Amino acid sequence: MTTADELREVARKCRVHIVDMVYRAQAGHPGGSLSEIDLLTALYKTQLNIRPSEPKWEDRDRFILSKGHASPGMYAILAEMGFISVEDLESYRVLGGICQGHVDMKWCPGVDFSAGSLGMGLSFGMGTAIAARLDGSDRQTYVMLGDGEIQEGSVWEAAMASAHHELGNLNVILDRNRIQNDDFCETQMRMFDIPAKWKAFGWNVMEIDGHSMESIVEGLEFLAQSNDGPSIIIAQTVKGKGISYMEDNPSFHGAAPNEEQYAQAMKELGVSA
Amino acid sequence: MTKMEATRDGYGQALLELADNEKIVVLEADLGKSTKSLHFRKAHPERTVSCGIGEQNMLLVAAGMAASGYIPFASTFAIFTERAFEQMRNGVARPNLPVHLCGSHGGTHTGTDGSSAQSIEDLAIYRTLPNVTVIHPSDSVSTRVLTKQLAASSSPSYMRTARNKTPVLYDDVGEDIIQIGKGIELQNGSDVAIIACGVLVSEALKAADLLAIEGIHATVIDMHTIKPLDTKLIDVVSERCGSLVTAEDHSIIGGLGGAVAEHLSTTSGTPLERVGVNDRFGESGQAHEMLELMGLNAAHIALAAKKSISRK
Repeated sequence: MTTADELREVARKCRVHIVDMVYRAQAGHPGGSLSEIDLLTALYKTQLNIRPSEPKWEDRDRFILSKGHASPGMYAILAEMGFISVEDLESYRVLGGICQGHVDMKWCPGVDFSAGSLGMGLSFGMGTAIAARLDGSDRQTYVMLGDGEIQEGSVWEAAMASAHHELGNLNVILDRNRIQNDDFCETQMRMFDIPAKWKAFGWNVMEIDGHSMESIVEGLEFLAQSNDGPSIIIAQTVKGKGISYMEDNPSFHGAAPNEEQYAQAMKELGVSA
Repeated sequence: MTKMEATRDGYGQALLELADNEKIVVLEADLGKSTKSLHFRKAHPERTVSCGIGEQNMLLVAAGMAASGYIPFASTFAIFTERAFEQMRNGVARPNLPVHLCGSHGGTHTGTDGSSAQSIEDLAIYRTLPNVTVIHPSDSVSTRVLTKQLAASSSPSYMRTARNKTPVLYDDVGEDIIQIGKGIELQNGSDVAIIACGVLVSEALKAADLLAIEGIHATVIDMHTIKPLDTKLIDVVSERCGSLVTAEDHSIIGGLGGAVAEHLSTTSGTPLERVGVNDRFGESGQAHEMLELMGLNAAHIALAAKKSISRK
């Protein structure tokens, strides 16, 4: 059993990878990677039934990063899990590299969905969940959505259809970091009562603190135990979490730190120069 | 009396015949009665996924199932597949997942529902997607045969079927002449070659009869596969006839005519006349009235043939 302290240490290492990748590429999406990484760390370390040495194992749990631009976060945890090497992270956004700008199942081991266009992952996950049921397998599908992403109408087609089909093996983690590309969600498109919306669509809903490992583990347990229909945990997060000048700052949705900012980030993450 | 059937019935029949393979699954967006997937649903409800009226979701549910080892056949009206074009592009074609999308009620031949239901651009848009095979069969038999062949493919496809009945062309023909990617030479003549697809193949045969009265001998090709295009056959008939006509119930921009023109532009430069919907929308009317209004029927194809011959 992985302790909360051990999870926090893995997440810290992942944050270092994230900032390294975006700084090296001088492009990418650090904000949403840093908001999601505590969730991804706990999910990969405590829940997913997967085999890093056999990424295409047929009966693996599926994880679908629907907010595919937050790829540095996913590449970081894949490296920490051993699906890819830490050296592979240097290929992020580099011609021919396995770490494509947005996660791509054709390029990177451990990636189950080619994302990058918002609003698609939940539908795809509905498909993998139905396939598991047809196979008579109890393998689970987990989908991570961004909060801005749920402004895409097709997310709600999938939400309605997943409840209609009573997909108890379909689990969603919503990264509620409150910022989207151009600005705060509140400015771009108010979403009002998000938990009430999912409840109204027939989902099991729980709200958690997306940066407390204890709260996250509790949320993942809720997903594991809710089998009568699709379930979602809505994780309150902070965009850019862990790097002071990126936190809650729309400018770091899709921008790389400069040299000085990079040095400060490394210092804040406990990396000695 | 010519036997008449709609190509969508061939699709429905093929799904039933494929059902022995337990990996075959069917997805519907509330139009199974129209696309004819309903027969499969009745026989195999456990392998049929209702997606409600939600085409974007349907395409990606199919993608998720394909990525899990299933062979999904998803259908709706051709026009409604188009609202899921980006899902087809990014979620199906890009990862090269074997999802088979069928758009029924393609073309102005769809008739009295009017222009909102008459897709005239589907072949063009799907043809631009890497990995995607694009098929538009001419009769119910070839639709059944080609649909069954798709199930063995490891890549995605788009197939357009038609709402209304057209002559059955392959009733007494060996099915082995019907192969994805191979045009079928229905008639051999040396003056002009008419390359047609879908509901206009039978019109092309009638046009050949009209031309024969005037002593003009036409080759008629059923080019049921728009992509990959059978360029070898085009080269053969281009060399033999020296003039070509394409005929499709689709915009003259980007469909079969566009594909053939692209090929000719870098090869022989053989004169080509394109019969198709001339950059306009349709309206309500009976199927035969639409073909007349849009300039797509046998008489128009024969006229185009003579014009192409005059350009030799």
